Amino acid sequence: MGYPHQPHPRETTVLSRYFGDAEARTLDGWKQRGGYKALQMALGMEPVAIVNVVKDSGLRGRGGAGFPTGLKWSFMKPGDGKPHYLCCNADESEPGTFKDREIMRWTPHALIEGVAIGAYAIGAETAYIYIRGEFTEPLDIMERALAEARAAGIVGQNAMGSGKTVDVWVHKGAGAYICGEETALMNSLEGKRGNPRIKPPFPAVSGLFGMPTTINNVETLAAVPHILNNGADWYKKMARPDNPKSTGTKLWSVCGNITRPGNYEVEMGFPFGEFLHELCGGALPGRTLKAIIPGGSSVPIITLEEAESGLMDYEGMVGCGTMLGSAGCIVFDDAQSMPKQIARLARFYAHESCAQCTQCREGTAWTTKILERIVAGDGTMEDFDTLLDIAENMTGKTICVLSDSCATPVVSGIQKFRHEFEALITRKTVYAVPTVVS
Amino acid sequence: MAETPFISLTIEGRPVTVAPGTTILEAAKTVGVLIPHYCYHPGLPVAGLCRMCLVDVDRASKLAPACATSVMEGQVVRVHSDTAREARKGVLEMLLINHPLDCPICDQSGECELQDYTYQEGRADSRYREPKRFNPVEDFGGDVLYVPNRCILCTRCVRFMDDIAQDSVLNVSERGDRAYIGKFDGKDLTHPWAANVVDLCPVGALLSKDFLNKARAWELDRSASVCTGCTQGCNIIVETRDNAVMRLRPRSNESVNHFFMCDHGRANYRWMNRRDRLESPSILGAGGHSPVDWDVALEGAARAIKGKRVFVLASPNLSNEALHLLSRLVRTSNGTGAFRVEQGPEAPLPGVPDLALRADRAANVVGAELLGFTRHAAPLDLLQTGDALIIADHDLQGDDLAALGRASVTVVLGTAMPAHLPKADIILPVANTVEEEGTFTNIHGRVQRFLQAKAAPGMARPAWYVLADLLGALGESADYYVAADAFKALAAAEPRYAGLSYDTLALRGLPVVDAPKLTDAAR
Repeated sequence: MGYPHQPHPRETTVLSRYFGDAEARTLDGWKQRGGYKALQMALGMEPVAIVNVVKDSGLRGRGGAGFPTGLKWSFMKPGDGKPHYLCCNADESEPGTFKDREIMRWTPHALIEGVAIGAYAIGAETAYIYIRGEFTEPLDIMERALAEARAAGIVGQNAMGSGKTVDVWVHKGAGAYICGEETALMNSLEGKRGNPRIKPPFPAVSGLFGMPTTINNVETLAAVPHILNNGADWYKKMARPDNPKSTGTKLWSVCGNITRPGNYEVEMGFPFGEFLHELCGGALPGRTLKAIIPGGSSVPIITLEEAESGLMDYEGMVGCGTMLGSAGCIVFDDAQSMPKQIARLARFYAHESCAQCTQCREGTAWTTKILERIVAGDGTMEDFDTLLDIAENMTGKTICVLSDSCATPVVSGIQKFRHEFEALITRKTVYAVPTVVS
Repeated sequence: MAETPFISLTIEGRPVTVAPGTTILEAAKTVGVLIPHYCYHPGLPVAGLCRMCLVDVDRASKLAPACATSVMEGQVVRVHSDTAREARKGVLEMLLINHPLDCPICDQSGECELQDYTYQEGRADSRYREPKRFNPVEDFGGDVLYVPNRCILCTRCVRFMDDIAQDSVLNVSERGDRAYIGKFDGKDLTHPWAANVVDLCPVGALLSKDFLNKARAWELDRSASVCTGCTQGCNIIVETRDNAVMRLRPRSNESVNHFFMCDHGRANYRWMNRRDRLESPSILGAGGHSPVDWDVALEGAARAIKGKRVFVLASPNLSNEALHLLSRLVRTSNGTGAFRVEQGPEAPLPGVPDLALRADRAANVVGAELLGFTRHAAPLDLLQTGDALIIADHDLQGDDLAALGRASVTVVLGTAMPAHLPKADIILPVANTVEEEGTFTNIHGRVQRFLQAKAAPGMARPAWYVLADLLGALGESADYYVAADAFKALAAAEPRYAGLSYDTLALRGLPVVDAPKLTDAAR
C-alpha cells in the first residue's frame, strides 16, 4: 500500500513503490529512482517492437474491460497520413476506485513516461491525459510534472533528443462519470457534451477528432515502463501458474467497512480471502463482513463466502461470480442495509446517465425510485419482478454500459440479499426516516 | 478480389439486395418492412439513441440498432423475434413512464409515433407507480412551442438545427431523466427553416403555434401539392378540413426539398381560404356587372378580344397549363404576355445542397419564361394602346394603374378582383392553385404536378378549363376535358416540355429538356 501505511509484506509493489515518497514527484527524484530509462530505450526501438513486448507481457487494460493492451495497440496503423492520438483515461470515476489518483499524486512522471512510450509505440504524435474534474490535486501535480518534463525535453518536438515528436497534454474534465467511457471522453476532449458514441466505428478507426485513436487507463500505461525495463517474462511471471491470461500486478482500492482501507498492489491471482482478512485487516471490531463489490460499483455484488473462494485476477473474479473491473473493492459489513446501499448506487447511475438511450435515461431513474420506495417501507412484492424486468431491459441494449452497470448491483443484490428487501417490504425492518441520500 | 457491388441478406424472411453501407433499417424499407424507430430520420445524421429499432441479427450476441448497423452479406435479420419485440416493448414502457397520457388534448394525437407503436406492440398497462417528471411548456420562438413532458429526447430537433439548419439553437440540457431540450441563451427558433422541427418531432413535444388546437389529425384530408412560396418548388402536402386549408407540410422529394420546407412557405396558405372570391362569371353592362352563365361570358370575352392584339398580364403562380393556353392567345394575336415577380430575401437551408427559399416569390417563374412570357418590373409599360388586356390572376398592387386606360377592353381571369382595378369588362372566375390540378416548372426546370385539395367556390373553374373554352369560342381547337389533356397539348407544342406527361411526371416531377442549362443560369 505504501501510503498512508507501510506496504504489507505480501504486496508486490511495482507501481505503488514510491507512493508516499514526495521526492518521487519531482523530475530529479524520479530519475534517481530509475525514471525515464524505459522511455529512452523505447525511443531507440522500432514501435512495433514495443508493441510486441507489451503483447508478450500479457498486460491487459486496467480500466475495467481487461482488453489485451498490446493487441489494442496493434490495431493502430501508423503511416496512413492521418494524425493519430493516444488518450490516457484518467477520469477515474468508478465508485470505489481510487488507484489512478494515487499513481498521479505520487508518481506523475511514471504516467508521463508510460504515456510517451505508448504514444510512440502506436505512432501518435499527440497524447492527451484526460483527468477527472474533481481530481484537483492530481491535476496540479500532473501539470507540474508535465511542465518539468517538457522543459527538460523529455516530451515535445524532440523527445529525449531522439528527434521524435511525442507531445503530451493534460486535459481537465468537468466531473461527469460518463466521461470515463472512452468515446464520451473523446467527445468531451473535443469540447462537446460527453455523450458516448455508437460503436462501430471503433476508436482505432475513428476516435478523437475522427482520427485513429487508442485509449488506455492510467494504471495500464504506468505499467509499460516497468515491462520495458524488466522484460515481458518478468511481468508474465506475476501470475497464477494455471492462469497465464492475467499477468503482472494489480492495484486494488479497498474502501468501506474494513479495518485498513487503501490501495494495495498484489500479483494477479492473489487469494481474495487472505487479501481481505490479512492485508486489509478484515472486519472492524465486533463486526463481520457481509458483501463485497470487488471491481468498482458496476460489477455484481458477491457475498463474503463467494469472495473468500476467489482469486484476484480477471478469470478468478469471474470464477466467484463477479468481475475484476477496475478493482475498486467496496466492502460491506453486517451493519449495512444492502437495499439502502443498492438504492444509493442506483441513484448514482441515475444522476450520471447521459440521457441518450431510453432504457438508461428512464430505467436508472425508475430503478432508483422503486428502490428508494422499498427502503422507505412502501415496497411491494411485485417490485421484485418489475426491478428485474427493468434490469433486463437495461442490459445489453444501449450505446454504452452505464445502463448495464446500474442493473448489475440491482440484480445481484436481489439475488443474494432478497431477504433484506423482503424484510423491508413486510416491515420487519423499518427505517425511522426514509433514506434520501443526495 | 473485386468489390461486391451489392449485398444480399434476409430481413423477416424476405430476400433483400442493397448497396453496401446501407443500414438494416433502410434495407428493410425496400421490402416493405418498417422497423419501429424514433431518433432515426433519413434526413438527419444517425444518433442511434432511442434504441427502438433493435433487431435480431443472427450470430450477433446482442440486438443491433437497425439505424446504425450496416448490412452484411448473408445476414439474417429478424425484426419481430421474441427478443426484439420484448426489447421494443421495454423501450415503449420506459418512454411512457414519464409521458403524460394526454392524447385527447394533444395536437400530435393521430399522427404520433409513440401512440402508433404503443398500440402496435406496447404494454396494455404501466407498472410505473412513481410520480411523473414535470416541466413547464416553453415558447421556443418562431412558430414552435415545446411541451417537455411529452418529449422522448430523440434529439431529431437538436440535430436538425445543428447539422441541417446549422444554427445551433437547441441542445439537450441536464442529464438522466431530468434531461430536456434546452434553448441556448438569447437564441430562438427564428431560423427561416426552423419550423421543420415540428414535423420532425415524432411525438407532441414540439408543436406549431399556428396549428395549435385547430384540427385533429384524423379529420384532415391530405393532397399532394407544390409550394407556391417561391421558385424552389418544394413538394408539400396540403391538409384541409371542411374545404379549408389547415396547414401545409413538406412532402419528401430527394431531388428538390428532401424532407423540408421553409417557414415562409409553410405560413403561405391563408390566401387559399380567402372568402372574397370571384364566384360567378359576369359582364359589365349598362347597370354595372351582372352575373351570367359561363357560355355567355365566354362568348362575350371572345367577341371582346377577337381581332385585337392581346396583352396578358399573368401571375407567375399560374399553372403551366394555363400559361400555355394564354400564350396561344398571345401568339395568335401577335400580342404580348408579361409578368412581374414579387421579391424577398433569399434563405438557404445550409445542410441540404441547392435548397433555399428563393428571392423570386412565385412558383412558376421559370414556366412563365419558358412559355414565352416576358418578365418585367412594370409589365403594364408593355401594354399598347388598343390592346385587349387579360389580367390573369394578377394582383395590381403597386402597378401603374393609369396605364390600364390604354386597354380597349379588360378581361379579368382571376380568383379575386384585383385591388383598385377601375373597370373590368368581363370577369371569368377561376380556381386557385389548391382547387385545381396542374403543374409548375421550378427554378431548375423541374416540372412538378400539384393535385386538387379543395373545391373551388361558386362557379369558378380551373384556369386551363376556362382558357380552353375561350380558345374554342375564338374558333381555335382546344378540346381539353382534364388537366392531363391540357398538359399533353403543352408537351406537344413546347419542345422544352417534349416527352413529359402526367403519367411520367407522377408525384416527383421530371426536368424539362436542357434543364441543366436553366440550373446554371439560376446560379
